[in-house]
Parts: sequence; structure tokens; C-alpha cells
Amino acid sequence: MADLTYIILIILKVIVVFLAVLTGCAYATWLERKLLGHLQNRMGPTYVGPFGLFQPIADGIKLIFKEDVVPTQAEKVFLTVAPMIAFIPGFLTFAVIPIGHPINLFGHEIPLTVSDLNIGILFILATTSLGVYGVALAGWSSGSKYSLLGGVRSSAQMISYEVAYGLSLVPILMIAGTLSLNEMVAQQSTILHWFVFRNPVAFVIYWICAVAETNRAPFDLPEAESELVAGYHTEYSSLRFSMFMIGEYANMLSVSAVAATVFCGGWNGPFWPGPLWLIAKVIVFMMIYIWIRATFPRLRYDQLMDLGWKVLFPLALANVIVTGIILYLV
Amino acid sequence: MWRYLWDIIKTTVVALPIGLYTVLRYLFKKPVTRKYPYVKSEMAPRYRGLHYLERYDDGAERCVCCGLCAAACPADAIYMEPAENERGERYAAVYEINMIRCIFCGFCEEACPEEAIFLGHEFELAADHRDKFIYTKEDLLVKHPRKDKPYKTIYRRVRRQN
Repeated sequence: MADLTYIILIILKVIVVFLAVLTGCAYATWLERKLLGHLQNRMGPTYVGPFGLFQPIADGIKLIFKEDVVPTQAEKVFLTVAPMIAFIPGFLTFAVIPIGHPINLFGHEIPLTVSDLNIGILFILATTSLGVYGVALAGWSSGSKYSLLGGVRSSAQMISYEVAYGLSLVPILMIAGTLSLNEMVAQQSTILHWFVFRNPVAFVIYWICAVAETNRAPFDLPEAESELVAGYHTEYSSLRFSMFMIGEYANMLSVSAVAATVFCGGWNGPFWPGPLWLIAKVIVFMMIYIWIRATFPRLRYDQLMDLGWKVLFPLALANVIVTGIILYLV
Repeated sequence: MWRYLWDIIKTTVVALPIGLYTVLRYLFKKPVTRKYPYVKSEMAPRYRGLHYLERYDDGAERCVCCGLCAAACPADAIYMEPAENERGERYAAVYEINMIRCIFCGFCEEACPEEAIFLGHEFELAADHRDKFIYTKEDLLVKHPRKDKPYKTIYRRVRRQN
């Protein structure tokens, strides 16, 4: 009986987190359009509902009713599988992110995380790099040169930024002395203990790599409109296209959530309950995403590679070494 | 080596925050958007939109069907047929403007010796059938003489006596 409640509890938590992230994705698009509009002296969506709040719903319904086009040149199996592969990793990350203080229900202590994995960081690194398979497969299977170029660019970019992405988290692991996200959050109980202030360089590297990992401007070369039509999802329409979009926004959300958890204290905060703090921090990071997108022009491809290999990678390595020395001396 | 590093520092630590700040300032400015179909903005006083045919203050039509507007029209959009009323004055029995041909240059307004045709501020002229673009006298002739707020000034407001 205890096992059954445990399983039901897990399934409930999975459903709640999944739906929350899905809603988050929808409203991330709204936030992006609204904030980007106001940053550009426009208004963004205004007509559908108050402040255009029902715009994501309208967009979703529109996308569902669109025709699902399959190009004749396409590899049908991979064309179908690719969006699913791109869709899943962003949601997987949320399995290990702690969303609040454990609560007591009917005498049971329920931890507010889907799975309290003791190697949470490794799990996150693994899942975030899985997303590239969907993008690369989509680019290859579409049978279009723009898609192929987008897919190839994406895989090259992701590989070069994966290194610095992983290395930027290493100093934090050294400081925290654990791979478990729950323990990390427990160590950052007040704002003074946040790891951003312990190691700001790691945070900057992490954030740049995170933007590059999720293929967002100014690193949006895989879907550069001016060069590649829409990059790897040029040939996609309808629900498959929306799966790519949801996957991209889920990736952004997950990367923001990881940044909030690892660097900014996760759900820790005064007055409000834990989940609210996490959501607030994720929203702040999403706003930074959009702010960066509104500001910087797209990098050239060689500049992108230069930044990844010649700047961020040595900087991350140096950061690891310096942090190690300081930790040894102190 | 040092020059390379200095370039990196110059373009990251200095230049990027300046750009970010510049963009952030726009967040607090008022958007320039006009909610067009719901809120219509005032057109310029001399805007050239849909034509209208003026009347005298006593309600009679000003147009005498002289054909100067049709002659001036570079797009050949105006067609008219003259007739005489009971007082022996010429007037336009048929007056049509083809809005597909019209280029809204305003030459008809300039050519008119009777101050009869003017270009107004109406600009939403879309229709779903080609025939609907032939604007006849019913569409163009104003119902009452405009005394309070005419778009364009009329200098002679009273009919000539013969």
C-alpha cells in the first residue's frame, strides 16, 4: 500500500511539473513577445484577452489546425522522431530541480522535487546535450539545404559550447562539494551564500553558454532567419513545428531554472513559499534572455567558434584552476 | 597577446553593458504604436483621400460638369455626363470616379474652377468587388453643405446669379 501511494505521488508530481512547464513555455512566448515589443517601443500582443494574455492559447489552437506538411524529399521516420527528441530533454531537466521545501501531508514528508537525484548536475548536463540530436536529425531528415545547414551549425555550436558549459559548473561543484541540487539549495540559504557571489565568473560563463546551448540570439545561427529561412525547422509545420518551439522554450526555462538553482539559491527566499521564489527567479532569467536578444546582433560563425573555444573554454579552465587553488589555501 | 586580451576586455566589459543599458532605457519609454483599426489618428489637414463633391450653402450642387477635372486627371479616372436643371444651369447628371485608376494626386481639386471637388480624409477604400470601386455621385456628393468644419477652405460660398 505504501508503495502504491509512493507511485501515485511520483506520477502526480510528474504531471504537475509537466503541466507547469508546458504552461510556462506558453507564457514564455507571451513574455518574450511583450517584453521584446516594449524594448523596441512597440506594444507586443494586446488584443487577445487582457494585455494579450490569451495570445499563446490562440497561437496553440492555430498551430494545431495547420496542415502537417511532409516534404517528398524527407526521411519520414526521422522527420517524425526529431521533434520528439527535441521536445523531451527540456522537460527532463525539471525532474531533478527542487521546487520547494518538503511539505507534510497526512503524516508523510513529501519532498517537492520529482526525483532527489544525488548526481543531479550530471543528469542536467546529460539531458541538455541530448537536445542537439533532435535538431541535427531534423536538419538532416528534412531533405532541404537550409535545414541541413541549420542542423550542422547547431551540432557544431552545441559541441563547442558544451565543454565550457560543463566546465563552468565545476567550480560550483568544488565549492559546494556535492552534485545534488537539493544540497546545493540548502547551502544557499540566504542571499549572501548564493554561489553567484562566490564565483561570478562561473556564472557569466554559464549564462553565455546557456544562451548558446538553447540556440537563442545572439547565438541563433541554427535558425538564422536572414540566412537559413528558419534553419532546422524550415520544413516543419503544424504540431511538429510547435513541438520544436515548445522544446526550445522548455530548454530556455530549464536552463534558467538550473541557473536559479545552482547560482541564485533555488527556492530559498523570505516571505513567499518556495515554488513562487523559483518561478520569480526563472522569470528574471527569462527576461535577461529576452533583454540579450533585443540588444545583441547575431554573431558571425567564426566569431561564434572563436568565442567558444578561444575565450570561454580557457576562461572556464582558468576559473577551475583558480577556484581550486583558493579552496586549497583557505 | 596583451593586445588581444585588451580587445576582448574592451568589447565585453565596456561595450556590452553600454548596449544593454541603451536597450533597457527603451523599456520605460511610451510605445509609439497606434492601435489603428480601433483608434484612428487624425490625418494631416491637406491629406488627399477619398474625393467629395461640395454644395453651396443653399444646398445646390457646385459642379457644373465642365470637364476640367477629367481633363486634368493623369489617370483618366473621372467620367461625367452633363445635363441642365430647371434654371438653365449645367450640372453633372453622371459623375463617376474609378478608384482603381485614381492615384490621389489632387489635380482634379486644383483644376476645378467651381471649388466643387475636394479630396477628403477618408482612406479605407478596400472592397471585395471591382465594381464597388466606381464611386458614383451618391457616394461622392456630400449630403449637406459643410459649414462648420470643412477640410479645405471654400472662398465663394454663394451661387452665381444669372
